[in-house]
Amino acid sequence: MPIKIALAGNPNSGKTTLFNALTGSNQFVGNWPGVTVEKKEGKLKGHKDVVITDLPGIYSLSPYTLEEVVARNYLIHEHPDAILNIIDGTNLERNLYLTTQLLELGIPTVIAINMMDVVKKNHDVIDVARLGQELGCPVVEISALKGIGIQEAAKKVVFLAQEGLPTAPVHKFAEEVENVLTQIEEKITGVKEEEKRFFAIKLFERDEKIKELLDCVPEVEDIVKETEEKMDDDSESIITNERYTYLSSIIEHCYVTKSKRKLTVSDKIDRIVTNRWLALPIFAIVMVIVYYVSVTTVGTMATDWVNDGVFGDGWHLFGIGSSEYTEKSDEFSDASLKTEAYFDAAEAAGIDVEALRASWEDGELDETALAAFETEAQAAGLTGEAEVMDDETGEVAETIPVALQDFESAVAVREPDPADYGVWVPSIPVLIEDGLTAINCVDWLQDLILSGIVGGVGAVLGFVPQMLVLFLFLAFLESCGYMARIAFIMDRIFRKFGLSGKSFIPMLIGTGCGVPGVMASRTIENDRDRKMTIMTTTFIPCGAKLPIIALIAGALFQGAWWVAPSAYFVGVAAIVLSGIMLKKTKMFAGDPAPFVMELPAYHLPTVGNVLRSMWERGWSFIKKAGTIILLSTILLWFLQGYGVENGSFGRVTDLNNSILAAIGGVIAPLFAPLGWGDWKAAVAAVTGLIAKENVVGTFGVLYGGLDEVAENGWQIWDAMRMEFTMLSAYSFLVFNLLCAPCFAAIGAIRREMNSAKWTWFAIGYQCIFAYAVSMCIYQLGMLFTTGAFGIGTVVAFLIVALILYLLFRPYHEKNKLTVKVRV
Amino acid sequence: MKTLKDAKLGSTVTVVKLHGEGAVKRRIMDMGITKGVQVFIRKVAPLGDPVEVNIRGYELSLRKADAQMIEVTD
Repeated sequence: MPIKIALAGNPNSGKTTLFNALTGSNQFVGNWPGVTVEKKEGKLKGHKDVVITDLPGIYSLSPYTLEEVVARNYLIHEHPDAILNIIDGTNLERNLYLTTQLLELGIPTVIAINMMDVVKKNHDVIDVARLGQELGCPVVEISALKGIGIQEAAKKVVFLAQEGLPTAPVHKFAEEVENVLTQIEEKITGVKEEEKRFFAIKLFERDEKIKELLDCVPEVEDIVKETEEKMDDDSESIITNERYTYLSSIIEHCYVTKSKRKLTVSDKIDRIVTNRWLALPIFAIVMVIVYYVSVTTVGTMATDWVNDGVFGDGWHLFGIGSSEYTEKSDEFSDASLKTEAYFDAAEAAGIDVEALRASWEDGELDETALAAFETEAQAAGLTGEAEVMDDETGEVAETIPVALQDFESAVAVREPDPADYGVWVPSIPVLIEDGLTAINCVDWLQDLILSGIVGGVGAVLGFVPQMLVLFLFLAFLESCGYMARIAFIMDRIFRKFGLSGKSFIPMLIGTGCGVPGVMASRTIENDRDRKMTIMTTTFIPCGAKLPIIALIAGALFQGAWWVAPSAYFVGVAAIVLSGIMLKKTKMFAGDPAPFVMELPAYHLPTVGNVLRSMWERGWSFIKKAGTIILLSTILLWFLQGYGVENGSFGRVTDLNNSILAAIGGVIAPLFAPLGWGDWKAAVAAVTGLIAKENVVGTFGVLYGGLDEVAENGWQIWDAMRMEFTMLSAYSFLVFNLLCAPCFAAIGAIRREMNSAKWTWFAIGYQCIFAYAVSMCIYQLGMLFTTGAFGIGTVVAFLIVALILYLLFRPYHEKNKLTVKVRV
Repeated sequence: MKTLKDAKLGSTVTVVKLHGEGAVKRRIMDMGITKGVQVFIRKVAPLGDPVEVNIRGYELSLRKADAQMIEVTD
């Protein structure tokens, strides 16, 4: 049997640092069963038979917060052999408040007073021996950050655990309280002697959750009431008061502080950082830096490298030869534009160039045919016109005349091979393809491995570099203490929608990509705020949704300036409305969310801790979210690529024949009330699940038969105008902005929710909400523009009425924690 | 009845009694705001809420709505 040791302490007491120092790399990170609270376990360095469990950071053992219930249930049910209680030496009184509660559990406890280096620097003195006497347990001085005293603390706690003697708390409350507690203790049966005091106090406090842990609950209401009347306070407050009164009395003897109200460095920083006038500008600057580095520059560059390089065609090592290649590549595309134009002109003049053109497109130019053609062209005095298109507007930007000699030089330009320039590293798919070809792998399997599996893995790993950059920032902001200030500064705005001030970061990152956005919600402690943030973050238009906006704006609204801003407005409005509606639903109204938060002192985190936190989060994304992303990518690859063509089932070349197209045909009528009941639009929306920008590509295939379109799809704008009206296009846009995000984001949601039920609830809510809003836009828009009135209009009005009801119905914050904890 | 919400910025007040019940009250007390303790009102957030107070040697932030439950005297 391994020795079990629980590490307990307040948030910001250096608990994580101590845990890392004790266990090294020997850690297992997961979640407590069924809840989003993180659970960490590790083996003590050099002791294979000692397992340390890192309990959530808590201030008390009350029944009101998830973390506290998880911690106390673990302590009671698992009954660890010893507790290592870490205390912030610069904040003794409040930290010891938890200690008084831990000591009542009858489990041997060692107190480690952390940050002793800071205490000594401030010329404060803690009488450790006396403190140990008063509390009735060994006390050691440590500095987790500097690695001082950690071995001694570990040795002491292991020794105590091996000894296995139950301990009794030595602290006493006021006499009248002690009398009642003794009376209650006498009534308790079926509990170990050393645990009786804990249960007596909990029963006195009328702790609802503790009754679930007792076989028979004694009747104590009468004596509790009597005491309450005598002391003119409720029983919970009596106990809390008693604890702090007791602590004040012992700290008087054990702690001498020389620094009377002197401003510390942290106070000085805070005077500027949360200053009335400077706080918001500083906050804005910090956010700009986070966004600029993790989304705009480093993060995107790294992600592009993984997507286009490692999982694309390949890449130039350290960029050597990259610029040279780009130059040649530009030259080639310029030349092929001219060649195409000249061929077009020849065709228009009635010269047959089909065979010649085909040979040129294949890269095996037929020289004799070319010579013949050139003679013919010269005789006809043929000139062409190359039209350079502007990708922004889809209009002709420049017309270049192509004479015969221009054509002659243009047609000779060969497509450059990137491998000829600099140091070329082939991509993983290319390497695997070579390998598979070498072993004569069957076509369908090769296709499955390359497009399905490798593509799926690429889709997962593509997010990782950007995410690591973001997590690095988050870890730094959290451990230096600024994250708590963000909640302090932004609370006023966000709490109205059931969100936390810390929800700002996930939403900001969400404008770049929803996947790291959802993952960033990990910094929010409160369970309800976190779930709400996870559910609403992807409403914000992310980078991949911009092409859809550009397509709709360009095709149906002549590129009107207001379409893009309106998309962001719709996203923000969706968050606000959802926040207010959801916080009143049964799913959310259950949990109290008091915002009484410590603002920890600023301090510089260690590089090791920040890197470890970054890596842990990144790895958990790969592991937990990766599976879902991979499986769903493979599934959609199959639906998209396979179907019945030419009377037999197999790989299809035309998307029109795929299984997905058939599914699109079946579900299309569902979208008729939204104004786009056409199967092509339905299929496009489904392919958006792989990645939102795929919507544009799918339209390109379905409307124009084009394999490749510009990002805003200008090639198919005309075709779009035939199929959509302004209203139906806008409804389509809104639906795609708000409905279920891409698989990668769904995977991230699953990871963060840590529950299949909550994931389905989130995705279901998003889809239904998107459907309802799009329907209202289309139906009411039709009513106001054309006066069309039908069943759809009635339903739309009903939806509006329902949303208004959900927004304005009365709501009372609950006072109890209703979440079931299974530990 | 004077509450923590009404207390002036930069002043130090003493807690007389805590009103309300359940989760919020327990949390406030767990964090060390109990009868007789001295609270220094340090700061108001840039948007007017929450407030930052110093208590038992550390910094705590709480919303004005919750501060209203804390009866104080100068």
